[in-house]
Amino acid sequence: MEESPATAPLENPAPVVEMTDISISFPGVKALDAVSFRMFPGEVHSLLGENGAGKSTLIKALTGVYSIDSGVIRLDGRKVTFSGPAQAQAAGISTVYQEVNLLGNLTVAENVMLGREPRRFGGINWRAMRKRSAEILSGLHLNIDPGSLLNSHSLAIQQLVAIARAIDVQAKALILDEPTSSLDTEEVAELFRVIRTLKDSGVAILFVSHFLEQVYEISDRLTVLRNGQLVGEYLTEELLRIDLVQAMIGKELSVLDDLEAQVHSTEKDRAVGAKSRTFVEARRLTRKGAIAPMDLSIDEGEVVGLAGLLGSGRTELARLLGGVDRADSGQVSVHGEPVKLRTPRQAIKHRIAYSSENRRSEGVVDELSVRDNIILALQADRGWLRPIPRKRQDELAASYIEALNIKTPNADALVRNLSGGNQQKVLLARWLAIAPRLLILDEPTRGIDIGAKAEIQKLVYGLAENGMSVLFISAELEEVLRLSNRIVVLRDRKKVADLPNDGLSVDALLTLIAEGAPAPSHTIGAES
Amino acid sequence: MKNVLNRAVGHRLFWPLVMLAALLLINVIAVPGFLSITVNSEGHLFGSIIDILRNGAPTLIIAVGMTLVIATRGIDLSVGSVCAIAGAVASSMILASPTPNNVGTVTGALLTALVLSLGLGLANGLLVAGLGIQPIISTLILMTAGRGIAMLITEGQIITVNSVPFAFLGSGFILGVPVATVAGVLIFALAALLTRRTAMGLLIEAVGINPEASRQAGVRARGLKFSVYALCALLAGIAGLILTSNQTAADANNTGLFIELDAILAVVIGGTSLAGGRYSLAGTLVGALIIQTLVTTVYTVGIPPIATMVFKAAVVTAVCLLQSPTTAAALERWRSRLATRHLQGVAAKAGAAR
Amino acid sequence: MTTLSASLTPRRLLDRVVDVFTSPKSGPVLVTAILFLLMYVGGGLRYHGFFAGQVVLNLLIDNAYLIVLAVGMTFVILTGGIDLSVGAVVALSTIIAARLLQLGWSPGVVIVLILIITSLLGLLVGLMIQVFKVQPFIATLAAMFLSRGLCYIIAKESITISNPFFKAMANIRISLGYRLSITPSVVIALVVLVIAVWVLQYTRFGRTTYAIGGGEQSGMLMGLPTARTKVLVYVISGFCSGLAGVLFSFYTLSGYALSAVGTEMDAIAAVVIGGTLLTGGYGFVLGSALGVLVLGLIQTVISFEGTLSSWWTKIFIGALLLVFIILQKVLTSRRT
Repeated sequence: MEESPATAPLENPAPVVEMTDISISFPGVKALDAVSFRMFPGEVHSLLGENGAGKSTLIKALTGVYSIDSGVIRLDGRKVTFSGPAQAQAAGISTVYQEVNLLGNLTVAENVMLGREPRRFGGINWRAMRKRSAEILSGLHLNIDPGSLLNSHSLAIQQLVAIARAIDVQAKALILDEPTSSLDTEEVAELFRVIRTLKDSGVAILFVSHFLEQVYEISDRLTVLRNGQLVGEYLTEELLRIDLVQAMIGKELSVLDDLEAQVHSTEKDRAVGAKSRTFVEARRLTRKGAIAPMDLSIDEGEVVGLAGLLGSGRTELARLLGGVDRADSGQVSVHGEPVKLRTPRQAIKHRIAYSSENRRSEGVVDELSVRDNIILALQADRGWLRPIPRKRQDELAASYIEALNIKTPNADALVRNLSGGNQQKVLLARWLAIAPRLLILDEPTRGIDIGAKAEIQKLVYGLAENGMSVLFISAELEEVLRLSNRIVVLRDRKKVADLPNDGLSVDALLTLIAEGAPAPSHTIGAES
Repeated sequence: MKNVLNRAVGHRLFWPLVMLAALLLINVIAVPGFLSITVNSEGHLFGSIIDILRNGAPTLIIAVGMTLVIATRGIDLSVGSVCAIAGAVASSMILASPTPNNVGTVTGALLTALVLSLGLGLANGLLVAGLGIQPIISTLILMTAGRGIAMLITEGQIITVNSVPFAFLGSGFILGVPVATVAGVLIFALAALLTRRTAMGLLIEAVGINPEASRQAGVRARGLKFSVYALCALLAGIAGLILTSNQTAADANNTGLFIELDAILAVVIGGTSLAGGRYSLAGTLVGALIIQTLVTTVYTVGIPPIATMVFKAAVVTAVCLLQSPTTAAALERWRSRLATRHLQGVAAKAGAAR
Repeated sequence: MTTLSASLTPRRLLDRVVDVFTSPKSGPVLVTAILFLLMYVGGGLRYHGFFAGQVVLNLLIDNAYLIVLAVGMTFVILTGGIDLSVGAVVALSTIIAARLLQLGWSPGVVIVLILIITSLLGLLVGLMIQVFKVQPFIATLAAMFLSRGLCYIIAKESITISNPFFKAMANIRISLGYRLSITPSVVIALVVLVIAVWVLQYTRFGRTTYAIGGGEQSGMLMGLPTARTKVLVYVISGFCSGLAGVLFSFYTLSGYALSAVGTEMDAIAAVVIGGTLLTGGYGFVLGSALGVLVLGLIQTVISFEGTLSSWWTKIFIGALLLVFIILQKVLTSRRT
């Protein structure tokens, strides 16, 4: 190891792409705040961060989808501004998106070549187009019929076709935005082989993935973003996993110490109390591309925290329990009785409520009033023929507006006009109105201000006090530690730890999330 | 005062009502006695306004059903054909009966027609909610085949019906008010009660605004969609019977021709977005009245009545362009530019004063 | 023979056949082709004189205008849109032709003028859809109202065309030998068809039309001119409607405001039966032409049958539509 292969390009002083102090604001949010980023030829550079860190905004700034408010983008040392992906591509920056942005209804050849197709007699020369695309594809060791329809192939192959399209334009820089999220192990290996080939030919590659294993396997350099800000740029070989995870997740300034003290004091009381009954138990719950066979049990009145990175299976598991997605196999029982959770309706019948992480698109119905949103699940459960009397509706709305401190002019105001935190509270009120036995909260505190956050945490704590089970998901480990009686750690779609929350530290959790194994000083397996 | 005005202008029914008032005004200017209502010797009401209310009833009845369908992000193109089928069934049953003037015969015929209409609506519902086929396409099938079915029933003839009880539906009076108008008002009121006194309206709106959020909240969209398509077809059947009775003949080709377009137009003018979601039955009522008044206006002003369609085209275009997000964005830019200019003006004045 | 069986065992051949039939691209159009052949052979066995070559040619002669309409509609439906105005635009074209010829305009000028007017109408519709984001259904509905209304304003009654050029176009028969003949309209329709096939298959515009139906966003990210193309397909549909109107006036030698009522449904049905997915992205113009022939053949069979009344046509078309739409649904759901 006199000279690691990565150091040669690293010392190259001339980056292909150099983004300096890039800032982008959206109404109400500073999506990127003076972030700098570089890409070197012949190097794979991974971009890391949790939800809302600004990864996709940075990529879209580079490819001209978003225009930047301030900052400079240089390509080969020259200042550039792109007004769209077509321009960026013409300049040599190609992008392969997570959802394959190709046309499944056209042939493979067209997907590789369209936009710069060979012509003859004023029309497309299909023969030449098929020949040329076959050459490019075989360069990636992909031997498929270029005349076949794209959607007759697997997602992995479509992903490689997208890369073939991207490199055919003589890309200097290639952006791969979560290319592996839907691939299996062998397919990932195939993709990495292609990436290495490209890297050796001098292309600068930006790689985004939630899987740390893959990041460490393929990248030479890492850049971490958090909440729209640059945490740092590191050489992969110099950064320990635990430090990486810590950089991604960060440490929240603890302004919620009171609450924490409160929780921990009662924590002990509960530990002393009689062992409570198991409410829900999942056995070998599986869904392809979401989670590997997984066991989970939640007691009555217990708050279970799900810790793990984005894509670790945390949301996927929650959606299965909430009946939002269907499991391929496995069994869930409530109070020991096997139950079917194939639709949200069935889950609600068993008093299991899932509050989605996508507040706007899957949570609130934004054109309806606060009152209508609060009673929606309760009303849906009763059926349309048994309307909740108007007086009762008003009472429900008024009591939740007060109890959750929802800031709204009145119950008739449209939810659309409320702030994010208040929308979240409306959504919580909807679920509380059906008096759930298990409340699944998927990132209920994301993107809301610190005051609302504290209120929601306090609420969760109070609910569990009254015997409700809670499955709590958050990217902020402090929050998970503060609220949970027990913590389940997921990593790469598998459960890696299930341990009671007594004296667990953020660092210990970070280790589990990063390494999948406990740090030597901690013990796991208290459960089972 | 200004606040009240602002709120009135901001109300979703403001522009439709202005349009209706303007149309009525044109009529009043063109025909001085336009608003007068006379009572004839039998105590029946007559006048242009009564005509509008009677002739607009079938469109209104269908538009009520269409409103609910559109609120679920759907559309029903087949209502015109269902009109024709209902008319054809009732007429041919009455014609075949030895006692066409018997109330029982007519009632039986009407009920048969309505049950059949309901069945057709369920078929639409099956395609949309059961098989998940796009609403435009699902209902296009019945729109195409329906006229053929109607002709099959009438055997390609225009069936003239001479039945006193049946004629009552289209040209009779109840307490001096035309039966069609009474039916329209009753159906409108019943629909409003059905959707707003139960939770149906709320759930329909929830599904139309955000299907996925509604699903996660446990709303059963499938049953709702079945119900609204069935209801829409049932109402189309009723409208078809009124139309047929009014013409005293079932014409498989022309009964309810283009009425789906009028109904959709009424819904859109009334402020219910074709994208689904929040709906306004009151808006639909105003929309249906506007369309019928427009037709009447074209007559009274002396424009060839056949030119009505050009006006309808103008109205559709205007409404769509007003609802367009592009227009909204352009207006917003224009407004903010005005505002800055105004501010600059104020600042300049302030500077000058100093 | 041996090489064939070596490369294609019966088993694999069967798999290939199943693949082709269940592909959303080729499945529906193959089913239509088989249906056409079955109907033709069935009709031939049942009715005397059905197998005569002229029966097939008459299908083309009677439906030349519908082929042109279906071609325009195919472009629109491939992008996932719909055009409800085509029937009304045909009527408008016939009535403009009849009225201007009555006033003594020269046929060449009249035809060019019609094509310009209808293309402009298509352009307006396209702009409404692309720029103002009006749903195609509604925008073309407005165009339909406008066209029908204009028809009535120009002339309430049917106007007979007595212009010698139009009469000649109606009466000339181009002999193909063996006592078979076609009309100039058929030649025009076939030329339009060939051009459309070429445009859709061999131009970037054509492939972008498919791209819009397959995924407008993806097409845009791939740098294809989706906005321009989306407007242009409605211009093409407008142009085709105008041309179909001219052919229709050759056929009927009259202009009438109420002509071609419901023709938009025939055109849509032909396109769907011809294997184009109503959600866009898959289909062929040749399939649409085949769809027109199937519709024509249904009418021919009914007229040969004699005892079946004309309204069965509509019921058959509706039933066929139902079958094909369910077939499309099955094929596309299998794909995802």
